[in-house]
Amino acid sequence: MPAKKYIYLDHAATTPTDSKVVQAMEPYWNKNFGNPSSLYYLGQAASKSLELARQDIAKILKSQSEEIIFTGGGTESINLALKGLIHALRPQVPQAHLIVSAIEHHAVLHAAQSLAKEGNQVSIVPVDADGLIIIPQLEAAIRPSTVLISIMLANNEVGTIEPIQKIGAWLAKLNQTRLSNHLPKIYLHTDACQAAGALDLDVQKLHVDLLTLNGSKIYGPKGIGVLYVRRSTPLMPIIDGGGQEKNLRSGTENMPAIIGLATALKIAQKNRIKENARLTKLRDWLIKNILQTIPKTILNGHASYRLPNNINISILDIEGEALLLYLDDIGIQASTGSACTSTTLEPSHVIRALGRPYEAAHGSLRLTLGKSTTLKDLKYLMTKLPGIVKYLRQASPVIVDMKELNQSIKTAPKKVINL
Amino acid sequence: MAKKITPKNKPKKKSVSVDFDIVPQGSNESWLYSPVVKEHFFHPKNLVTDASKMTGYDGLGMVGSPACGDMMKIWIKVDKKADRIKDMKWQTFGCASAIGATSMLSVMVTEKKGMIIDKALQIKPQDITKRLGGLPTRKIHCSVLGDKALRSAINNYFLRSGQKQRLVEEQSRIIDKVAKVTDHDIEEAVLEGATTLEAVQKKTKVGIGNPSVIPEVEQLIRFYQEKYFG
Repeated sequence: MPAKKYIYLDHAATTPTDSKVVQAMEPYWNKNFGNPSSLYYLGQAASKSLELARQDIAKILKSQSEEIIFTGGGTESINLALKGLIHALRPQVPQAHLIVSAIEHHAVLHAAQSLAKEGNQVSIVPVDADGLIIIPQLEAAIRPSTVLISIMLANNEVGTIEPIQKIGAWLAKLNQTRLSNHLPKIYLHTDACQAAGALDLDVQKLHVDLLTLNGSKIYGPKGIGVLYVRRSTPLMPIIDGGGQEKNLRSGTENMPAIIGLATALKIAQKNRIKENARLTKLRDWLIKNILQTIPKTILNGHASYRLPNNINISILDIEGEALLLYLDDIGIQASTGSACTSTTLEPSHVIRALGRPYEAAHGSLRLTLGKSTTLKDLKYLMTKLPGIVKYLRQASPVIVDMKELNQSIKTAPKKVINL
Repeated sequence: MAKKITPKNKPKKKSVSVDFDIVPQGSNESWLYSPVVKEHFFHPKNLVTDASKMTGYDGLGMVGSPACGDMMKIWIKVDKKADRIKDMKWQTFGCASAIGATSMLSVMVTEKKGMIIDKALQIKPQDITKRLGGLPTRKIHCSVLGDKALRSAINNYFLRSGQKQRLVEEQSRIIDKVAKVTDHDIEEAVLEGATTLEAVQKKTKVGIGNPSVIPEVEQLIRFYQEKYFG
């Protein structure tokens, strides 16, 4: 038996830590281990490294370094952004309204739900069949009590890149009118976790007040995140304690991870244009090949407003988990939106939000490329995938009518859900 | 290649519901399922790969839908004299546990000269789960469909062979007349992981407009939890 191949095509789940990042982190475990709050030499050395890391990140985001808050990860940054803002505004706006898109990560959706339980109002705005937010519906969802819009920069499952810059510019104008009408300002948060390695993170261009990114998706360490907080954005901490990070995130700073995140972000942003071009080529090659060689397949997500590393295709008449395990058996690691792999037994809310029926969500296959991915890997995948699909289809009693499927995607209801 | 099942890597736990998600099973490779499930998943027994060629069967049954994520189709041949199942073939749309469970079921009913029909009608989901060496808790649902599909195929055989008096109805009893929820709906909810009244209500709406039925609902939740996960 030949040595087992190992092709990792799930970089949207997490990435391996870059060896340069590991190297940069190394001294902070037991050499420069000081607590940045301590007054003696080791502490002050750590404090200096912490501020340098903050500056590095601020430079990339085109922000001030005091606007960078380190947290325990993307989920925490998101929770701090949403809950922190709504709680801070409570005296002025006791029953605040926030708007999120239907394809947000669960961190955003569940934080919003928990805010709704506290007596706030939430509108979940639909996306079109390609995953782009429906702007007229977003505009229509705005209320006098709206204080926050949270829309991701790029989607983790289907890769669609949202027009945050456009939304941000429009919102800046709207806020001027709102202020003159004595209505509260609407803040804009974007979850950039999935986009951080590929897109421009200039917060001035994006016109965002809050931006989340994390280490684990950009070849950095896990368990470290950043929340960019534009100056004068009110925020209340969700973790109380020693008052670190401008009192917004107490707890001794995770120095190795902070250094790791800053290093990873620098590397990713330095190489992104070149790497994007390489990945886009591979992505389009694979999408074209799958759609052409395997019948009854549909692309999920936008064809061009799409992360360079994301391929998400629904393969009808088969179930994603079975496909995944057969791929795993030949050394290919991928992901699916099928209910069978989720703990809730609910299929992907993102694929469903594109208007795809359950059948398409169950049969979705997500392949996310990375630094190590080569055309050879994808060619190997293509020598195996059609055969596996054919075998599973033969074993399946399901035959989905593609005409009906396309019709149901076209006519899928696109409604704002109010919580 | 699937690993050979030796007494050494055979799961020792007796419980039919083992949370594999937390503790990877004893084999050297970490895999979500037991070695038996893996074997049946990669090398399914009695699988139909071309349904158009299926002729001469005595009963055909089907349960589930692609929308809910699992669908099974079962064909059976019956030794009418002995009243035994001679052959069982199947197709499944679903995850590894669904495929593994149907494959195992086909082995169970055809081994040892075939299972007597009355006995086949008695097969319970946990009989299949046990033979599979356990399933992750939230996957037990998948094996439930196998016995249902088999009963549906046997019923179909009864109909075709003029044995209407032997037809078995999938029993269900209305618990909440307002929400039209049956004991079977509650069973399904528990199998899908709802363990509290609130969770079952979220799935079924039972008792929300009719609180007088709640004590009975709670009793049923305990009963099904005991039955499948106890």
